[in-house]
Amino acid sequence: MQIYRAHVLVCCGTGCSSNKSEEVLRELEKQLQENQLQHEVKVVRTGCLGLCQNGPNIVVYPEGTMYSMVKVEDVEEIVSEHLLKGRIVKRLLYGEPEAEGIRSVDEVDFFKRQKRIALRNCGIINPENIDEYIAFDGYKALVKVLTEMKPADVIDLLKKSQLRGRGGAGFPTGLKWEFAAKAESEQKYVCCNADEGDPGAFMDRSILEGDPHSIVEAMAIAGYAIGADKGFIYIRAEYPIAVKRLRLAIEQAKEYGLLGENILNTGFNFDLEIRLGAGAFVCGEETALLTSIEGKRGEPRPRPPFPAVKGLWGQPTLLNNVETYANVPPIILNGPEWFTQIGTEKSKGTKVFAVGGKINNTGLVEIPMGTTLREVIYDIGGGIPNGKKFKAAQTGGPSGGCIPASHIDTPIDYDTLVELGSMMGSGGMIIMDEDTCMVDIARFFLEFTVDESCGKCPPCRIGTKRMLEILNKITAGKGEEGDIEKLESLAKNIKAAALCGLGQTAPNPVLSTLRYFRDEYEAHVREKKCPAGSCKALLDYVIDAEICRSCGLCAKECPVGAIEGERKKGPFVIIQEKCIKCGTCIEKCPFEAISKK
Amino acid sequence: MEMVTVTIDNKKVRVPKDYTVLQAAREANIEIPTLCFLKDINEIGACRMCLVEIKGGKKLEAACVYPVSDGMEVYTQTPQVREARKTTLELILSNHDRNCLTCVRSGNCELQKLAEKLQIEELPYEGETYKRPLDNFSPAIVRDPNKCILCRRCVSMCKNVQTVAVIDVVERGFDTIVSPIYEKSLNEVPCVNCGQCITICPVGALREKNDTEKAWTALADKDLHVIAITAPAIRAALGEEFGFPMGTPVTSNMITALHNLGFDKVFDVDTAADLTIMEEGTELLHRLKNGGKLPLITSCSPGWIKFCEHNFPEFLDNLSTCKSPQQMFGAVLKTVYAERMGIDPAKIFVVSIMPCTAKKFEITRPEMTSSGYPDIDVVLTTRELARMIKEAGLDFTETTWEHFDDPMGDASGAGVIFGATGGVMEAALRTVAEILTGKPLETLDFAAVRGVEGIKEATVDVGEMKIKAAVAHGLGNARELLERVKAGEAEYHFIEIMACPGGCVAGGGQPIQPSQVRSWVDIRSERAKVLYEEDKNLPIRKSHENPTVKRLYEIYFGSPGSDKAHKLLHTHYTPRENYPEE
Repeated sequence: MQIYRAHVLVCCGTGCSSNKSEEVLRELEKQLQENQLQHEVKVVRTGCLGLCQNGPNIVVYPEGTMYSMVKVEDVEEIVSEHLLKGRIVKRLLYGEPEAEGIRSVDEVDFFKRQKRIALRNCGIINPENIDEYIAFDGYKALVKVLTEMKPADVIDLLKKSQLRGRGGAGFPTGLKWEFAAKAESEQKYVCCNADEGDPGAFMDRSILEGDPHSIVEAMAIAGYAIGADKGFIYIRAEYPIAVKRLRLAIEQAKEYGLLGENILNTGFNFDLEIRLGAGAFVCGEETALLTSIEGKRGEPRPRPPFPAVKGLWGQPTLLNNVETYANVPPIILNGPEWFTQIGTEKSKGTKVFAVGGKINNTGLVEIPMGTTLREVIYDIGGGIPNGKKFKAAQTGGPSGGCIPASHIDTPIDYDTLVELGSMMGSGGMIIMDEDTCMVDIARFFLEFTVDESCGKCPPCRIGTKRMLEILNKITAGKGEEGDIEKLESLAKNIKAAALCGLGQTAPNPVLSTLRYFRDEYEAHVREKKCPAGSCKALLDYVIDAEICRSCGLCAKECPVGAIEGERKKGPFVIIQEKCIKCGTCIEKCPFEAISKK
Repeated sequence: MEMVTVTIDNKKVRVPKDYTVLQAAREANIEIPTLCFLKDINEIGACRMCLVEIKGGKKLEAACVYPVSDGMEVYTQTPQVREARKTTLELILSNHDRNCLTCVRSGNCELQKLAEKLQIEELPYEGETYKRPLDNFSPAIVRDPNKCILCRRCVSMCKNVQTVAVIDVVERGFDTIVSPIYEKSLNEVPCVNCGQCITICPVGALREKNDTEKAWTALADKDLHVIAITAPAIRAALGEEFGFPMGTPVTSNMITALHNLGFDKVFDVDTAADLTIMEEGTELLHRLKNGGKLPLITSCSPGWIKFCEHNFPEFLDNLSTCKSPQQMFGAVLKTVYAERMGIDPAKIFVVSIMPCTAKKFEITRPEMTSSGYPDIDVVLTTRELARMIKEAGLDFTETTWEHFDDPMGDASGAGVIFGATGGVMEAALRTVAEILTGKPLETLDFAAVRGVEGIKEATVDVGEMKIKAAVAHGLGNARELLERVKAGEAEYHFIEIMACPGGCVAGGGQPIQPSQVRSWVDIRSERAKVLYEEDKNLPIRKSHENPTVKRLYEIYFGSPGSDKAHKLLHTHYTPRENYPEE
């Protein structure tokens, strides 16, 4: 086996790829060749490291040096300085090396506080090479299960681990497997929900891009545990890299005899197929997903019967999401006791979050359950940009809610989030600062659900539309007394009456913002003001006559000629009727004389 | 079946364990409102009107699909349930074209009834509403998407029961509608005009093309000799439109009302049905004796014919070349009758009263003018006739005329049972058997081909021959049967196919019964009983004994299958592309 003195890991997840990391990788290989280093330094194409905002990211081992925002032009310097001469290229280092000193990637704040179980191999191994997965204990859990354990033991172990579903509601995974195992049928199925649809969420994509074999392995384990010989991975077609790597992983596993007939001579058969989703959010709902796999219009159906009893083509079906599966092999290898040490009383293990919005380190983090919002935002996320104040965090996507700043020290787990009126969801986390209007945020999420409603039941199809219409009215400054009460009444009844989880949770963004920020709603309706200064219709752009030096720059730049005045002859004035509130004047005024009121 | 005990609103009931909460509630005499639900056809829990509270449950559940379990406690009228139902209904109404005054279904609208029942007095949530174009390009069916409440009964009927599948749910969210592909017209897709979608639409989103004005105009024209011909199934159902219990025969009321409307003659299509049997029976005998194409398949149902042309072109040669009784009758009226009565055929206007919407399409087929005149001028459904009677302010209880008019008045019982599934088969067997054996039949009842089972089979001993027959009603069943024949899994001499489940008695033009009735009463059987009863009591029960028919052959056609018969009474078929490229 070839021994290398250095490894260069190039992140080729979707984020870094779209910033040309593939080109960086090719340039690296080329330059190593030119310098005859190809036998000393190995370049590895990896999955996502998580720090997507700073991509393309490169890590050079053995030092663990992390370079960020690497461009093709930077490669020459990395090769000639770092790889040839051993001198770290400081200007490309992640963070602020002048202040913080040069640190290994493991010591960087962003990674230091994370605990990577589901993301264990992401950014470390080459996801397109089964040998690398195997080298990191890959398929060891499958071998153990097939050769040492009975199906019931696997379920028992999983139940002991207290793993809960990572896709949304947090149903105990072991119990789910047990239901599917107990259902009697000749044919059963194992399915994976990779139809990640929350706006801004990309946890599952990163796992599939960075460590696809972990899902293949876990699904085979699930097949053994419940007695299924066929599996389907339902993944959205908008994830081409993940789809490609998953396909490759399945092919490789088949080649190695880890999928297919008579796996490892144990008599166990398991085959996997990929089904592409067309991007309907509702297909993340389990019954809609299964209906879509069957080739029908992706729409939910009433439960019971639950999929564990009657799922795909009417047969017992186990459905878990990507992150849940990713947790299974390590739990089997390390034992349930190891897993239950991590997390809180009722939420064990870790959770991956896609942190975005008004935060310095946008990206993917995996934290132990019980980590506080403060730690996520300030220690891992690097705080709020421009010194703004933290206002709220939105979790759970369109089904979730907002957690206000007053609860920043609450440990995050399934139950605390529900208590706060939100939910874990699949792991989207959007950070909002003082400039964010909470009515508008609710409106944004509702707009999403209105678009994504399948249209089957009237509470969701028409009810969410009516709620959105009221919110549009409020944010446009046309709110009336009684509108807030109408919103509440609609929300309550949609929750009670909608057919599926999408509809039942659709009002949550409104309810949770009403719970914590009712005064903002009231200000919009009664005073026709947006306290956050975000709803355009409720703002006036005003020139402070005291500060204005009548330079005329604002009038010159205004795209609609809404500013009047004569240069050097007293302050300029914005004609409100003409103003389109684009904000150009504020940007252009050299004296900060213009503000929103 | 294992029984379980369920408590609903504190009433205990014991029900089979495969019951839904809705079924159990019926047992307990508790009515839960429903809207999308249609038993066995549309059980999808979509409309959320039947929500109930189940003790220990986290959310409300749809009673129509929720299975019972032993010890279950259900509450159907809690404040939460009532409010959720009411809000849902208010939301549905907020996006419904509420022009009830001008809606054909006003008074017979399930949504309207529900709004009344739940006491909706105002709509708190007004907003955007659908504005979609009306599809009235089909000769038979009008589709108004702005009245559609997306209950999806029509989709289930068209797709699952009839396997025609020309409408489905398209778009999503608030923009969701039921529509043919690419929002085409029903006229541009392989719709067979069976109208089953209309009979189960809870609102006015689907209705027949209203042709009553054409009939009124003809009736007002003094120069025209206006004839009404009525199909057997009309008398079995028309009474429902006037408050008669289902299954009441109203032959005399109907004939009287038609005369009162001003029709010059009222004839019975059953006479033409007998004529059809003569021609079709002869065709069958001919094919049996001369090694012709078998199985012979009936051709009375125009919905079935179009379905066959679209989906089974390989069976077109199996179809009987006989026109449907309606078309035969029209052709006879405009030739033999015109001649005998000394009326200019151009002045004869035939209004055909049919339980069928596909008949509206059938008269537009170019083959249907072999006499030089259109066989039929207007087709009215049972519902349209009822509306004319109501508009004219007639007393439907009046029974002045007891019989159809001469000279086309006599029909046999065989012609009467054409209106029920298996009826054509039974009528044909009565005649064919006697002709083949030359001996009168001992019993005229062929029980094996009666009833509502989807596909019925019978082997009838006729002298030395065994005639293998099959009957399918509902196009899904027809498809299944033909696939079997195609695959060589089954072999028959004669097949009867009716497009509508139950046959003509439950045709697309028949009175509309709300799901609250349809779900629990088999309207097919109730109406069919009327026809079998009439057949039983008629002195003549075999087509070949019908004196009018005999006379027609004597004075005009000569014998069944003659050249003259072929010219007027037979037709041909054309394969149709399903979605032709534009």
